[in-house]
Amino acid sequence: MRLLLILFGLIVAQPLLADSNLPPAYWANRQLPDVRQEAKAEGLMEELRCLVCQGQSIADSDAELAGDMRDLVRRRIAAGEKPAAVRAWLVQRYGSWISYKPTAEPATWPLWLAPVALLAIGGLLIRRRIRTRAQG
Amino acid sequence: MSRAGRFAPLILLVLLLAGLVWRLATPADTNVSSKLEGKAVPAFTLPPALPSKLALASADLATGKPRIVNVFASWCVPCITEVHVLQDLRSKGVTIDGIAVRDTPEDLADFLARNGDPYERIGSDAQSRVQIALGSSGVPESFVIDGRGIIRYQHIGPIAASDVPMILWKVEQAR
Repeated sequence: MRLLLILFGLIVAQPLLADSNLPPAYWANRQLPDVRQEAKAEGLMEELRCLVCQGQSIADSDAELAGDMRDLVRRRIAAGEKPAAVRAWLVQRYGSWISYKPTAEPATWPLWLAPVALLAIGGLLIRRRIRTRAQG
Repeated sequence: MSRAGRFAPLILLVLLLAGLVWRLATPADTNVSSKLEGKAVPAFTLPPALPSKLALASADLATGKPRIVNVFASWCVPCITEVHVLQDLRSKGVTIDGIAVRDTPEDLADFLARNGDPYERIGSDAQSRVQIALGSSGVPESFVIDGRGIIRYQHIGPIAASDVPMILWKVEQAR
């Protein structure tokens, strides 16, 4: 019985309050009136990583900080800044970690080379197989 | 196929499993550290978070003496324990300024009345803008800033009582 009560308690438990009482920032969930600017902002927001729900983009995340970052991105794009400049500003602060767009840093070379290497290995395997079959 | 070749897939599987088990046992560090360590505090001006407190601007941080800037919030649970450690640091002669993230004056006044107020200045960062400009990704976080306004050290998460000697040393280093 006690175990059941504990289990029930766990089911109805409220998550720890980890959010502020303030409403979301103005541009967090509001589109820019200029469609082209909004498209630019949207494209960038999909490529920026949320600092709280790591693995989600700030476009997808419900975290407050992600909302504040969307507000920041929309404000800067509306002020005429280029998406690349906004991305660079954030990378300066959080490192390339913040951006989903792959860079050509030496650390990512294996990633760029992996498909080529795998294709080459596959080609070699097929060639060997065809040869052994032709001989047999 | 050669004998060794026959076992290659099995060996690969074992290697993969070993890798997975290793990462499960020692999870990767999910803290995102600011890349601004060693650089100047970005320029900002924040309004006072409370009518009774001084406001905070980046110019207030380059005063010739090292200071700690604590990014906190009244809605942040670990900040409650941390604020007592900050009182201790203050009693040891460290100047501490606060950046209250997404806070209301009422909640903040209540928080300070309940837990004590170690802050010389508190700026109100309602949209986390200064927090983001500092490369901070959550509350609480603290920055040790030297007399010229250069960020010397970023502390992610609450400063625990056991961190006090280390923080004092960092402040001494920033002198």
